[in-house]
Amino acid sequence: MKRVQFEHSPIPYLFVAPQIIIIVVFFLWPAGQAIYQSFLLEDAFGLSSQFVWFKNYKDTVLNDAWLQSAGFTLFFSAIVTFLSLALALLLAVKANEVIHGASTYKTMLMWAYAIAPPVAGLMGNLMFNPLIGDMYQFMNATGMDFDHKLDGFDAGFVVILISVWKQVSVNFIFFLSGLQGIPKSVIEASTLDCKSSFRRFWTITFPLLAPTTFFLMVINITYAFFETFGIIDTTTQGAPGGATTTLVYKVFQDGFRGADLGGSSAQSVVLMLMVLALTVIQFRFIERKVHY
Amino acid sequence: MNWRILSTHLILTIGAIFLTLPVWVAFASSTHTAETILREGLQLFPGGHFFENYNTVLFVEGGVMKKVTALQMTGNSLLLGLGFSIGKVVISMLAAYAIVYFRFRLAVPLFWVIFMTLLLPLEVRIIPSYKVVADLGLLDTQAGLIIPLIASATGTFFFRQFFRSVPDEILEAARLDNANAWRFFIDILVPLSKTMIAAILIIMFVVGWNQYLWPLIMTTKEENYTLVIGIKQIYQILNEGGELPQYQKAFALTILATLPPVLVVLVFQKWFVKGLVESEK
Repeated sequence: MKRVQFEHSPIPYLFVAPQIIIIVVFFLWPAGQAIYQSFLLEDAFGLSSQFVWFKNYKDTVLNDAWLQSAGFTLFFSAIVTFLSLALALLLAVKANEVIHGASTYKTMLMWAYAIAPPVAGLMGNLMFNPLIGDMYQFMNATGMDFDHKLDGFDAGFVVILISVWKQVSVNFIFFLSGLQGIPKSVIEASTLDCKSSFRRFWTITFPLLAPTTFFLMVINITYAFFETFGIIDTTTQGAPGGATTTLVYKVFQDGFRGADLGGSSAQSVVLMLMVLALTVIQFRFIERKVHY
Repeated sequence: MNWRILSTHLILTIGAIFLTLPVWVAFASSTHTAETILREGLQLFPGGHFFENYNTVLFVEGGVMKKVTALQMTGNSLLLGLGFSIGKVVISMLAAYAIVYFRFRLAVPLFWVIFMTLLLPLEVRIIPSYKVVADLGLLDTQAGLIIPLIASATGTFFFRQFFRSVPDEILEAARLDNANAWRFFIDILVPLSKTMIAAILIIMFVVGWNQYLWPLIMTTKEENYTLVIGIKQIYQILNEGGELPQYQKAFALTILATLPPVLVVLVFQKWFVKGLVESEK
Protein backbone atom coordinates (compact mmCIF):
# COMPACT_ATOMS: atom_id res chain seq x y z
CA MET A 1 0.00 0.00 0.00
CA LYS A 2 1.13 3.49 -0.73
CA ARG A 3 1.57 5.78 2.24
CA VAL A 4 0.19 8.69 0.26
CA GLN A 5 -2.91 8.19 -1.83
CA PHE A 6 -5.62 10.18 -3.47
CA GLU A 7 -8.76 10.52 -1.38
CA HIS A 8 -11.62 8.32 -2.38
CA SER A 9 -13.91 9.59 -5.07
CA PRO A 10 -15.62 8.02 -8.08
CA ILE A 11 -12.37 8.35 -10.08
CA PRO A 12 -10.77 5.00 -9.16
CA TYR A 13 -13.95 3.18 -10.19
CA LEU A 14 -13.69 4.76 -13.62
CA PHE A 15 -10.12 3.57 -13.92
CA VAL A 16 -10.79 -0.06 -13.02
CA ALA A 17 -14.12 -0.22 -14.84
CA PRO A 18 -12.85 -1.32 -18.29
CA GLN A 19 -10.95 -4.26 -16.91
CA ILE A 20 -13.66 -5.32 -14.47
CA ILE A 21 -16.41 -5.14 -17.10
CA ILE A 22 -14.43 -7.31 -19.51
CA ILE A 23 -13.63 -9.79 -16.76
CA VAL A 24 -17.24 -10.09 -15.66
CA VAL A 25 -18.59 -10.47 -19.21
CA PHE A 26 -15.90 -12.71 -20.69
CA PHE A 27 -14.45 -14.54 -17.68
CA LEU A 28 -16.78 -14.82 -14.72
CA TRP A 29 -20.03 -15.17 -16.63
CA PRO A 30 -18.73 -17.93 -18.99
CA ALA A 31 -17.05 -19.72 -16.09
CA GLY A 32 -20.33 -19.60 -14.16
CA GLN A 33 -22.09 -20.94 -17.25
CA ALA A 34 -19.61 -23.80 -17.46
CA ILE A 35 -20.28 -24.73 -13.84
CA TYR A 36 -24.05 -24.45 -14.35
CA GLN A 37 -23.96 -26.47 -17.60
CA SER A 38 -21.95 -29.20 -15.93
CA PHE A 39 -25.01 -30.12 -13.87
CA LEU A 40 -27.41 -30.13 -16.83
CA LEU A 41 -28.31 -32.77 -19.36
CA GLU A 42 -29.53 -31.46 -22.72
CA ASP A 43 -31.68 -33.49 -25.06
CA ALA A 44 -30.43 -34.28 -28.55
CA PHE A 45 -31.87 -31.12 -30.08
CA GLY A 46 -30.75 -28.77 -27.32
CA LEU A 47 -34.35 -27.76 -26.74
CA SER A 48 -34.79 -28.75 -23.14
CA SER A 49 -32.43 -29.50 -20.34
CA GLN A 50 -32.70 -31.20 -17.04
CA PHE A 51 -30.83 -30.84 -13.78
CA VAL A 52 -28.92 -34.07 -13.21
CA TRP A 53 -26.57 -33.31 -10.29
CA PHE A 54 -23.27 -35.06 -10.76
CA LYS A 55 -24.29 -37.38 -13.58
CA ASN A 56 -22.13 -35.58 -16.15
CA TYR A 57 -19.13 -35.88 -13.88
CA LYS A 58 -19.77 -39.56 -13.37
CA ASP A 59 -20.28 -40.19 -17.09
CA THR A 60 -17.50 -38.11 -18.63
CA VAL A 61 -14.86 -37.74 -15.97
CA LEU A 62 -14.95 -41.22 -14.53
CA ASN A 63 -14.79 -43.13 -17.78
CA ASP A 64 -11.94 -44.85 -19.58
CA ALA A 65 -11.39 -42.21 -22.25
CA TRP A 66 -11.03 -39.44 -19.68
CA LEU A 67 -8.78 -41.48 -17.43
CA GLN A 68 -6.60 -42.40 -20.40
CA SER A 69 -6.40 -38.73 -21.31
CA ALA A 70 -5.59 -37.77 -17.70
CA GLY A 71 -2.87 -40.42 -17.62
CA PHE A 72 -1.36 -39.17 -20.84
CA THR A 73 -1.56 -35.54 -19.66
CA LEU A 74 0.36 -36.33 -16.46
CA PHE A 75 2.98 -38.39 -18.24
CA PHE A 76 3.31 -35.83 -21.01
CA SER A 77 3.57 -32.87 -18.59
CA ALA A 78 6.19 -34.63 -16.47
CA ILE A 79 8.38 -35.52 -19.44
CA VAL A 80 8.04 -32.18 -21.22
CA THR A 81 8.73 -30.26 -18.00
CA PHE A 82 11.75 -32.36 -17.08
CA LEU A 83 13.34 -32.46 -20.54
CA SER A 84 12.85 -28.82 -21.42
CA LEU A 85 14.11 -27.69 -17.99
CA ALA A 86 17.15 -29.97 -18.07
CA LEU A 87 18.10 -28.98 -21.59
CA ALA A 88 17.60 -25.28 -20.91
CA LEU A 89 19.61 -25.44 -17.68
CA LEU A 90 22.52 -27.13 -19.42
CA LEU A 91 22.50 -24.54 -22.20
CA ALA A 92 22.12 -21.61 -19.78
CA VAL A 93 25.05 -22.77 -17.64
CA LYS A 94 27.22 -23.12 -20.72
CA ALA A 95 26.08 -19.80 -22.19
CA ASN A 96 26.89 -18.14 -18.86
CA GLU A 97 30.42 -19.60 -18.90
CA VAL A 98 31.33 -18.82 -22.47
CA ILE A 99 33.20 -15.63 -23.29
CA HIS A 100 33.58 -15.65 -27.06
CA GLY A 101 30.37 -15.42 -29.02
CA ALA A 102 28.19 -15.25 -25.91
CA SER A 103 25.63 -12.88 -27.39
CA THR A 104 25.36 -14.85 -30.64
CA TYR A 105 24.66 -18.05 -28.75
CA LYS A 106 22.18 -16.25 -26.54
CA THR A 107 20.27 -14.89 -29.53
CA MET A 108 20.24 -18.24 -31.34
CA LEU A 109 18.99 -20.04 -28.24
CA MET A 110 16.21 -17.62 -27.30
CA TRP A 111 14.61 -16.55 -30.55
CA ALA A 112 12.46 -19.66 -30.89
CA TYR A 113 10.37 -18.12 -28.10
CA ALA A 114 8.66 -16.03 -30.77
CA ILE A 115 7.31 -19.04 -32.68
CA ALA A 116 3.69 -19.91 -32.01
CA PRO A 117 3.06 -23.46 -30.74
CA PRO A 118 0.76 -24.30 -33.68
CA VAL A 119 3.39 -23.05 -36.13
CA ALA A 120 5.99 -25.21 -34.40
CA GLY A 121 3.51 -28.07 -34.60
CA LEU A 122 3.02 -27.56 -38.32
CA MET A 123 6.74 -27.49 -38.98
CA GLY A 124 7.12 -30.68 -36.97
CA ASN A 125 4.23 -32.16 -38.89
CA LEU A 126 6.01 -31.52 -42.18
CA MET A 127 9.32 -32.87 -40.82
CA PHE A 128 7.50 -36.08 -39.89
CA ASN A 129 5.50 -36.23 -43.12
CA PRO A 130 5.80 -39.80 -44.49
CA LEU A 131 6.32 -38.51 -48.05
CA ILE A 132 8.87 -35.75 -47.57
CA GLY A 133 9.83 -35.69 -43.90
CA ASP A 134 13.47 -36.35 -43.11
CA MET A 135 12.67 -37.09 -39.49
CA TYR A 136 10.22 -39.78 -40.53
CA GLN A 137 12.77 -41.41 -42.80
CA PHE A 138 15.48 -41.05 -40.17
CA MET A 139 13.38 -42.77 -37.50
CA ASN A 140 12.65 -45.64 -39.86
CA ALA A 141 16.27 -45.85 -41.01
CA THR A 142 17.32 -46.57 -37.42
CA GLY A 143 15.39 -49.83 -37.72
CA MET A 144 12.33 -48.79 -35.76
CA ASP A 145 8.97 -49.41 -37.31
CA PHE A 146 8.07 -45.77 -36.86
CA ASP A 147 4.58 -44.61 -37.72
CA HIS A 148 3.10 -41.79 -35.68
CA LYS A 149 -0.21 -41.99 -37.52
CA LEU A 150 -0.88 -45.51 -36.27
CA ASP A 151 1.27 -46.06 -33.22
CA GLY A 152 0.32 -44.25 -30.01
CA PHE A 153 3.83 -44.33 -28.59
CA ASP A 154 5.35 -42.84 -31.75
CA ALA A 155 2.67 -40.16 -31.84
CA GLY A 156 3.48 -39.31 -28.23
CA PHE A 157 7.14 -39.06 -29.17
CA VAL A 158 6.40 -36.53 -31.92
CA VAL A 159 4.22 -34.37 -29.68
CA ILE A 160 6.75 -34.44 -26.84
CA LEU A 161 9.68 -33.60 -29.12
CA ILE A 162 7.91 -30.56 -30.59
CA SER A 163 6.64 -29.40 -27.19
CA VAL A 164 10.12 -29.59 -25.68
CA TRP A 165 11.63 -27.82 -28.68
CA LYS A 166 9.16 -24.97 -28.30
CA GLN A 167 9.69 -24.58 -24.53
CA VAL A 168 13.50 -24.69 -24.22
CA SER A 169 13.92 -21.00 -25.15
CA VAL A 170 11.69 -19.61 -22.40
CA ASN A 171 13.38 -21.74 -19.76
CA PHE A 172 16.77 -20.76 -21.13
CA ILE A 173 15.99 -17.04 -20.78
CA PHE A 174 14.86 -17.45 -17.16
CA PHE A 175 17.74 -19.71 -16.15
CA LEU A 176 20.28 -17.40 -17.74
CA SER A 177 18.89 -14.34 -15.97
CA GLY A 178 18.83 -16.38 -12.75
CA LEU A 179 22.47 -17.35 -13.23
CA GLN A 180 23.47 -13.78 -13.95
CA GLY A 181 21.74 -12.73 -10.74
CA ILE A 182 24.08 -14.82 -8.60
CA PRO A 183 26.63 -12.45 -7.03
CA LYS A 184 30.16 -12.69 -8.45
CA SER A 185 31.60 -12.86 -4.94
CA VAL A 186 29.73 -16.10 -4.19
CA ILE A 187 31.08 -17.69 -7.35
CA GLU A 188 34.62 -16.56 -6.60
CA ALA A 189 34.46 -17.81 -3.02
CA SER A 190 33.23 -21.20 -4.15
CA THR A 191 35.99 -21.44 -6.75
CA LEU A 192 38.53 -21.01 -3.96
CA ASP A 193 36.90 -23.69 -1.83
CA CYS A 194 36.19 -26.33 -4.41
CA LYS A 195 38.14 -27.39 -7.46
CA SER A 196 35.57 -29.57 -9.17
CA SER A 197 33.27 -27.41 -11.27
CA PHE A 198 30.76 -30.26 -11.34
CA ARG A 199 30.47 -30.33 -7.54
CA ARG A 200 30.47 -26.55 -7.39
CA PHE A 201 27.45 -26.50 -9.66
CA TRP A 202 25.39 -28.96 -7.64
CA THR A 203 26.31 -27.61 -4.19
CA ILE A 204 26.35 -23.85 -4.84
CA THR A 205 24.81 -22.79 -8.15
CA PHE A 206 21.89 -25.19 -8.37
CA PRO A 207 20.56 -24.48 -4.85
CA LEU A 208 20.79 -20.76 -5.59
CA LEU A 209 18.72 -21.35 -8.73
CA ALA A 210 16.05 -23.26 -6.80
CA PRO A 211 13.53 -20.36 -6.76
CA THR A 212 13.86 -19.98 -10.55
CA THR A 213 13.57 -23.73 -11.07
CA PHE A 214 10.48 -24.02 -8.94
CA PHE A 215 8.82 -21.09 -10.62
CA LEU A 216 9.67 -22.53 -14.04
CA MET A 217 8.23 -25.90 -13.04
CA VAL A 218 4.84 -24.30 -12.48
CA ILE A 219 5.12 -22.37 -15.75
CA ASN A 220 6.10 -25.52 -17.64
CA ILE A 221 3.32 -27.65 -16.19
CA THR A 222 0.84 -24.92 -17.16
CA TYR A 223 2.39 -24.87 -20.63
CA ALA A 224 2.13 -28.64 -21.02
CA PHE A 225 -1.48 -28.61 -19.85
CA PHE A 226 -2.77 -25.68 -21.87
CA GLU A 227 -0.50 -24.16 -24.48
CA THR A 228 0.39 -27.45 -26.16
CA PHE A 229 -3.16 -27.37 -27.53
CA GLY A 230 -1.84 -25.71 -30.69
CA ILE A 231 0.86 -28.35 -31.13
CA ILE A 232 -1.52 -31.27 -30.71
CA ASP A 233 -4.15 -29.72 -32.97
CA THR A 234 -1.62 -29.30 -35.79
CA THR A 235 0.07 -32.70 -35.48
CA THR A 236 -1.81 -35.70 -34.15
CA GLN A 237 -5.17 -34.14 -33.21
CA GLY A 238 -5.21 -36.50 -30.27
CA ALA A 239 -4.96 -39.59 -32.48
CA PRO A 240 -4.40 -42.50 -32.74
CA GLY A 241 -7.27 -43.66 -30.57
CA GLY A 242 -6.93 -40.78 -28.11
CA ALA A 243 -3.33 -41.72 -27.33
CA THR A 244 -2.16 -38.09 -27.47
CA THR A 245 -5.34 -36.37 -26.24
CA THR A 246 -4.56 -34.04 -23.35
CA LEU A 247 -7.38 -33.01 -21.02
CA VAL A 248 -7.64 -29.59 -22.64
CA TYR A 249 -7.80 -31.09 -26.09
CA LYS A 250 -10.56 -33.40 -24.90
CA VAL A 251 -12.65 -30.49 -23.60
CA PHE A 252 -12.37 -28.91 -27.04
CA GLN A 253 -13.11 -32.15 -28.89
CA ASP A 254 -16.12 -33.14 -26.80
CA GLY A 255 -17.54 -29.62 -26.71
CA PHE A 256 -17.02 -28.47 -30.30
CA ARG A 257 -16.75 -31.63 -32.33
CA GLY A 258 -18.97 -33.84 -30.16
CA ALA A 259 -21.40 -31.08 -29.08
CA ASP A 260 -21.61 -32.67 -25.62
CA LEU A 261 -22.13 -29.49 -23.60
CA GLY A 262 -22.73 -31.02 -20.19
CA GLY A 263 -19.83 -33.44 -20.43
CA SER A 264 -17.44 -30.85 -21.79
CA SER A 265 -18.45 -28.42 -19.03
CA ALA A 266 -17.92 -31.04 -16.34
CA GLN A 267 -14.41 -31.57 -17.69
CA SER A 268 -13.85 -27.80 -17.73
CA VAL A 269 -14.77 -27.58 -14.07
CA VAL A 270 -12.33 -30.35 -13.19
CA LEU A 271 -9.64 -28.46 -15.13
CA MET A 272 -10.49 -25.26 -13.23
CA LEU A 273 -9.85 -27.11 -9.99
CA MET A 274 -6.48 -28.26 -11.32
CA VAL A 275 -5.50 -24.71 -12.27
CA LEU A 276 -6.60 -23.59 -8.81
CA ALA A 277 -4.32 -26.17 -7.22
CA LEU A 278 -1.39 -25.09 -9.41
CA THR A 279 -1.97 -21.42 -8.58
CA VAL A 280 -2.17 -22.10 -4.84
CA ILE A 281 1.15 -23.96 -5.00
CA GLN A 282 2.69 -21.12 -6.99
CA PHE A 283 1.56 -18.45 -4.55
CA ARG A 284 2.53 -20.37 -1.46
CA PHE A 285 5.95 -20.54 -2.94
CA ILE A 286 6.10 -16.85 -3.80
CA GLU A 287 5.08 -15.96 -0.25
CA ARG A 288 7.92 -18.10 1.02
CA LYS A 289 10.33 -16.41 -1.32
CA VAL A 290 9.50 -13.03 0.21
CA HIS A 291 10.85 -14.20 3.56
CA TYR A 292 14.27 -15.00 2.19
CA MET B 1 41.95 -23.63 -26.34
CA ASN B 2 41.51 -26.31 -23.78
CA TRP B 3 39.17 -29.24 -23.71
CA ARG B 4 36.66 -27.62 -21.37
CA ILE B 5 36.10 -24.55 -23.48
CA LEU B 6 35.78 -26.73 -26.55
CA SER B 7 33.06 -28.87 -24.99
CA THR B 8 31.19 -25.73 -23.90
CA HIS B 9 31.19 -24.45 -27.46
CA LEU B 10 30.19 -27.86 -28.76
CA ILE B 11 27.16 -28.09 -26.45
CA LEU B 12 26.05 -24.55 -27.27
CA THR B 13 26.45 -25.15 -30.99
CA ILE B 14 24.41 -28.33 -30.89
CA GLY B 15 21.74 -26.50 -28.88
CA ALA B 16 21.67 -23.62 -31.35
CA ILE B 17 21.40 -26.03 -34.29
CA PHE B 18 18.63 -27.99 -32.56
CA LEU B 19 16.61 -24.80 -32.08
CA THR B 20 17.36 -23.22 -35.45
CA LEU B 21 17.58 -26.02 -38.00
CA PRO B 22 13.84 -26.82 -38.32
CA VAL B 23 13.06 -23.19 -39.17
CA TRP B 24 15.98 -23.01 -41.58
CA VAL B 25 14.83 -26.19 -43.33
CA ALA B 26 11.33 -24.72 -43.56
CA PHE B 27 12.76 -21.57 -45.12
CA ALA B 28 15.02 -23.43 -47.57
CA SER B 29 12.17 -25.71 -48.60
CA SER B 30 9.89 -22.73 -49.18
CA THR B 31 12.14 -21.62 -52.05
CA HIS B 32 11.84 -24.82 -54.09
CA THR B 33 9.09 -26.22 -56.30
CA ALA B 34 6.59 -28.78 -55.05
CA GLU B 35 8.08 -31.35 -57.43
CA THR B 36 11.59 -30.94 -56.01
CA ILE B 37 10.36 -31.33 -52.44
CA LEU B 38 8.31 -34.38 -53.28
CA ARG B 39 11.18 -35.99 -55.22
CA GLU B 40 14.10 -35.11 -52.95
CA GLY B 41 12.49 -34.44 -49.59
CA LEU B 42 13.12 -31.40 -47.39
CA GLN B 43 15.80 -28.99 -48.54
CA LEU B 44 18.85 -27.75 -46.67
CA PHE B 45 19.82 -25.07 -49.18
CA PRO B 46 17.65 -22.33 -50.67
CA GLY B 47 16.48 -22.86 -54.24
CA GLY B 48 15.65 -20.47 -57.02
CA HIS B 49 11.92 -20.06 -56.51
CA PHE B 50 11.88 -17.57 -53.64
CA PHE B 51 10.13 -14.72 -55.45
CA GLU B 52 7.75 -16.93 -57.35
CA ASN B 53 6.58 -18.85 -54.26
CA TYR B 54 6.24 -15.88 -51.93
CA ASN B 55 4.59 -13.86 -54.65
CA THR B 56 1.92 -16.54 -55.13
CA VAL B 57 1.33 -16.94 -51.42
CA LEU B 58 1.19 -13.22 -50.68
CA PHE B 59 -0.93 -12.02 -53.56
CA VAL B 60 -2.96 -14.88 -55.01
CA GLU B 61 -6.07 -15.91 -53.13
CA GLY B 62 -5.87 -19.28 -51.46
CA GLY B 63 -7.75 -21.21 -48.82
CA VAL B 64 -10.87 -23.34 -49.08
CA MET B 65 -13.00 -20.61 -50.59
CA LYS B 66 -10.07 -18.98 -52.40
CA LYS B 67 -10.93 -15.75 -50.69
CA VAL B 68 -7.86 -14.76 -48.77
CA THR B 69 -4.22 -13.93 -49.46
CA ALA B 70 -1.34 -14.16 -47.03
CA LEU B 71 -1.07 -10.39 -47.23
CA GLN B 72 -4.59 -10.02 -45.85
CA MET B 73 -3.86 -12.58 -43.16
CA THR B 74 -0.70 -10.68 -42.23
CA GLY B 75 -2.84 -7.58 -41.86
CA ASN B 76 -5.25 -9.44 -39.59
CA SER B 77 -2.39 -10.81 -37.53
CA LEU B 78 -0.86 -7.35 -37.16
CA LEU B 79 -4.19 -5.94 -36.04
CA LEU B 80 -4.56 -8.70 -33.48
CA GLY B 81 -0.98 -8.33 -32.24
CA LEU B 82 -1.16 -4.54 -31.95
CA GLY B 83 -4.73 -4.39 -30.66
CA PHE B 84 -3.97 -7.04 -28.07
CA SER B 85 -0.75 -5.47 -26.81
CA ILE B 86 -1.97 -1.87 -26.76
CA GLY B 87 -5.34 -2.79 -25.28
CA LYS B 88 -3.71 -4.83 -22.60
CA VAL B 89 -1.26 -2.09 -21.62
CA VAL B 90 -3.97 0.60 -21.46
CA ILE B 91 -6.46 -1.46 -19.50
CA SER B 92 -3.99 -2.90 -17.04
CA MET B 93 -2.22 0.42 -16.42
CA LEU B 94 -5.49 2.13 -15.60
CA ALA B 95 -6.57 -0.66 -13.26
CA ALA B 96 -3.19 -0.85 -11.55
CA TYR B 97 -3.18 2.94 -11.08
CA ALA B 98 -6.56 2.82 -9.35
CA ILE B 99 -5.52 -0.02 -7.09
CA VAL B 100 -2.19 1.45 -6.03
CA TYR B 101 -2.93 5.16 -5.82
CA PHE B 102 -6.47 5.36 -4.49
CA ARG B 103 -8.13 4.47 -1.25
CA PHE B 104 -11.56 3.12 -2.10
CA ARG B 105 -13.87 0.66 -0.51
CA LEU B 106 -13.95 -1.97 -3.23
CA ALA B 107 -10.21 -1.96 -3.88
CA VAL B 108 -9.56 -5.32 -2.28
CA PRO B 109 -12.54 -7.23 -3.73
CA LEU B 110 -11.84 -5.80 -7.18
CA PHE B 111 -8.23 -6.85 -6.91
CA TRP B 112 -9.44 -10.40 -6.23
CA VAL B 113 -11.77 -10.28 -9.23
CA ILE B 114 -8.75 -9.43 -11.38
CA PHE B 115 -6.78 -12.17 -9.67
CA MET B 116 -9.51 -14.69 -10.54
CA THR B 117 -8.65 -14.44 -14.22
CA LEU B 118 -5.48 -16.40 -13.47
CA LEU B 119 -7.68 -19.31 -12.50
CA LEU B 120 -9.75 -19.19 -15.66
CA PRO B 121 -7.61 -19.63 -18.74
CA LEU B 122 -9.61 -19.58 -21.97
CA GLU B 123 -9.26 -23.33 -22.36
CA VAL B 124 -11.50 -24.09 -19.37
CA ARG B 125 -14.32 -21.84 -20.52
CA ILE B 126 -14.10 -22.11 -24.30
CA ILE B 127 -17.66 -23.02 -25.15
CA PRO B 128 -19.50 -20.60 -22.83
CA SER B 129 -17.10 -17.81 -23.92
CA TYR B 130 -17.92 -18.55 -27.52
CA LYS B 131 -21.61 -18.38 -26.64
CA VAL B 132 -21.27 -15.00 -24.94
CA VAL B 133 -19.46 -13.52 -27.94
CA ALA B 134 -22.01 -15.03 -30.30
CA ASP B 135 -24.89 -13.63 -28.24
CA LEU B 136 -23.32 -10.18 -28.33
CA GLY B 137 -23.12 -10.47 -32.12
CA LEU B 138 -19.33 -10.15 -32.06
CA LEU B 139 -18.36 -13.27 -34.01
CA ASP B 140 -16.03 -12.48 -36.91
CA THR B 141 -15.32 -8.96 -35.63
CA GLN B 142 -12.06 -7.44 -34.45
CA ALA B 143 -13.70 -6.35 -31.20
CA GLY B 144 -14.91 -9.86 -30.44
CA LEU B 145 -11.48 -11.22 -31.22
CA ILE B 146 -9.44 -8.77 -29.17
CA ILE B 147 -11.50 -7.56 -26.20
CA PRO B 148 -12.03 -10.92 -24.44
CA LEU B 149 -8.28 -11.53 -24.60
CA ILE B 150 -7.00 -8.32 -23.05
CA ALA B 151 -8.36 -8.49 -19.53
CA SER B 152 -6.08 -11.01 -17.85
CA ALA B 153 -4.29 -10.31 -14.60
CA THR B 154 -0.63 -10.50 -15.63
CA GLY B 155 -0.39 -6.99 -17.02
CA THR B 156 -2.18 -5.48 -14.04
CA PHE B 157 0.11 -7.29 -11.59
CA PHE B 158 3.13 -6.12 -13.52
CA PHE B 159 2.17 -2.43 -13.41
CA ARG B 160 0.97 -2.71 -9.82
CA GLN B 161 4.39 -3.98 -8.86
CA PHE B 162 6.07 -1.18 -10.77
CA PHE B 163 3.85 1.62 -9.42
CA ARG B 164 4.53 0.45 -5.88
CA SER B 165 8.25 0.93 -6.48
CA VAL B 166 7.73 4.56 -7.52
CA PRO B 167 8.77 6.78 -4.56
CA ASP B 168 5.90 8.33 -2.58
CA GLU B 169 7.64 11.72 -2.69
CA ILE B 170 6.70 12.06 -6.35
CA LEU B 171 3.00 12.04 -5.56
CA GLU B 172 3.55 14.41 -2.61
CA ALA B 173 5.36 16.84 -4.87
CA ALA B 174 2.70 16.58 -7.55
CA ARG B 175 -0.01 17.32 -5.00
CA LEU B 176 1.82 20.42 -3.80
CA ASP B 177 1.65 21.53 -7.40
CA ASN B 178 -2.09 20.85 -7.35
CA ALA B 179 -1.95 18.08 -9.94
CA ASN B 180 -5.21 16.14 -10.12
CA ALA B 181 -5.42 12.36 -10.49
CA TRP B 182 -5.59 12.39 -14.26
CA ARG B 183 -2.74 14.92 -14.70
CA PHE B 184 -0.53 12.94 -12.32
CA PHE B 185 -1.17 9.78 -14.31
CA ILE B 186 -0.58 11.26 -17.77
CA ASP B 187 2.20 13.74 -17.01
CA ILE B 188 4.19 11.84 -14.42
CA LEU B 189 3.38 8.16 -14.10
CA VAL B 190 3.15 7.29 -17.80
CA PRO B 191 6.49 8.95 -18.69
CA LEU B 192 8.09 7.20 -15.70
CA SER B 193 6.83 3.83 -16.95
CA LYS B 194 8.11 4.21 -20.50
CA THR B 195 10.60 1.33 -20.39
CA MET B 196 8.08 -0.92 -18.67
CA ILE B 197 5.45 -0.09 -21.28
CA ALA B 198 7.85 -0.86 -24.12
CA ALA B 199 8.84 -4.18 -22.59
CA ILE B 200 5.23 -5.26 -22.06
CA LEU B 201 4.20 -4.10 -25.54
CA ILE B 202 6.87 -6.30 -27.10
CA ILE B 203 5.97 -9.41 -25.13
CA MET B 204 2.28 -8.92 -25.67
CA PHE B 205 2.65 -8.30 -29.39
CA VAL B 206 4.28 -11.71 -29.70
CA VAL B 207 1.64 -13.33 -27.50
CA GLY B 208 -1.17 -11.65 -29.45
CA TRP B 209 0.25 -12.52 -32.86
CA ASN B 210 0.61 -16.14 -31.75
CA GLN B 211 -2.97 -16.56 -30.47
CA TYR B 212 -4.50 -19.75 -31.80
CA LEU B 213 -7.47 -21.27 -30.00
CA TRP B 214 -9.56 -18.11 -29.68
CA PRO B 215 -9.21 -16.91 -33.30
CA LEU B 216 -9.78 -20.49 -34.42
CA ILE B 217 -13.25 -20.69 -32.90
CA MET B 218 -14.09 -16.98 -33.31
CA THR B 219 -13.50 -16.52 -37.01
CA THR B 220 -15.55 -18.37 -39.57
CA LYS B 221 -14.95 -16.16 -42.61
CA GLU B 222 -11.66 -16.68 -44.40
CA GLU B 223 -11.20 -12.94 -44.82
CA ASN B 224 -10.72 -12.71 -41.07
CA TYR B 225 -8.12 -15.42 -40.69
CA THR B 226 -4.84 -14.58 -39.03
CA LEU B 227 -1.68 -16.18 -40.38
CA VAL B 228 -1.39 -18.57 -37.46
CA ILE B 229 -4.81 -20.11 -38.04
CA GLY B 230 -4.71 -19.55 -41.81
CA ILE B 231 -1.72 -21.78 -42.35
CA LYS B 232 -3.44 -24.64 -40.60
CA GLN B 233 -6.50 -24.47 -42.81
CA ILE B 234 -4.47 -24.17 -45.97
CA TYR B 235 -2.22 -26.96 -44.86
CA GLN B 236 -5.23 -29.22 -44.39
CA ILE B 237 -6.38 -28.55 -47.93
CA LEU B 238 -2.92 -29.32 -49.22
CA ASN B 239 -3.12 -32.66 -47.51
CA GLU B 240 -6.56 -33.54 -48.77
CA GLY B 241 -6.35 -32.32 -52.35
CA GLY B 242 -5.91 -34.92 -55.08
CA GLU B 243 -3.33 -32.94 -57.00
CA LEU B 244 0.33 -32.50 -56.13
CA PRO B 245 0.55 -31.19 -52.55
CA GLN B 246 1.89 -27.64 -52.57
CA TYR B 247 4.41 -28.11 -49.77
CA GLN B 248 6.42 -25.06 -50.78
CA LYS B 249 3.37 -22.86 -50.10
CA ALA B 250 2.82 -24.42 -46.69
CA PHE B 251 6.45 -23.70 -45.84
CA ALA B 252 6.28 -20.15 -47.16
CA LEU B 253 3.21 -19.46 -45.03
CA THR B 254 4.93 -20.95 -42.01
CA ILE B 255 7.87 -18.60 -42.52
CA LEU B 256 5.57 -15.60 -42.97
CA ALA B 257 3.77 -16.47 -39.73
CA THR B 258 7.09 -16.78 -37.91
CA LEU B 259 8.93 -13.76 -39.26
CA PRO B 260 7.26 -10.73 -37.62
CA PRO B 261 7.32 -11.98 -34.00
CA VAL B 262 10.87 -13.27 -34.46
CA LEU B 263 11.98 -9.90 -35.83
CA VAL B 264 10.35 -8.09 -32.93
CA VAL B 265 12.13 -10.34 -30.43
CA LEU B 266 15.50 -10.01 -32.18
CA VAL B 267 15.37 -6.25 -32.66
CA PHE B 268 14.15 -5.48 -29.14
CA GLN B 269 15.99 -8.31 -27.45
CA LYS B 270 16.98 -6.37 -24.32
CA TRP B 271 13.50 -5.02 -23.62
CA PHE B 272 11.97 -8.34 -24.50
CA VAL B 273 14.07 -10.25 -21.96
CA LYS B 274 13.37 -7.60 -19.33
CA GLY B 275 9.66 -7.69 -20.00
CA LEU B 276 9.50 -11.46 -19.95
CA VAL B 277 11.50 -11.96 -16.77
CA GLU B 278 9.81 -9.11 -14.89
CA SER B 279 6.23 -9.75 -15.95
CA GLU B 280 6.24 -13.40 -14.96
CA LYS B 281 7.49 -12.75 -11.45
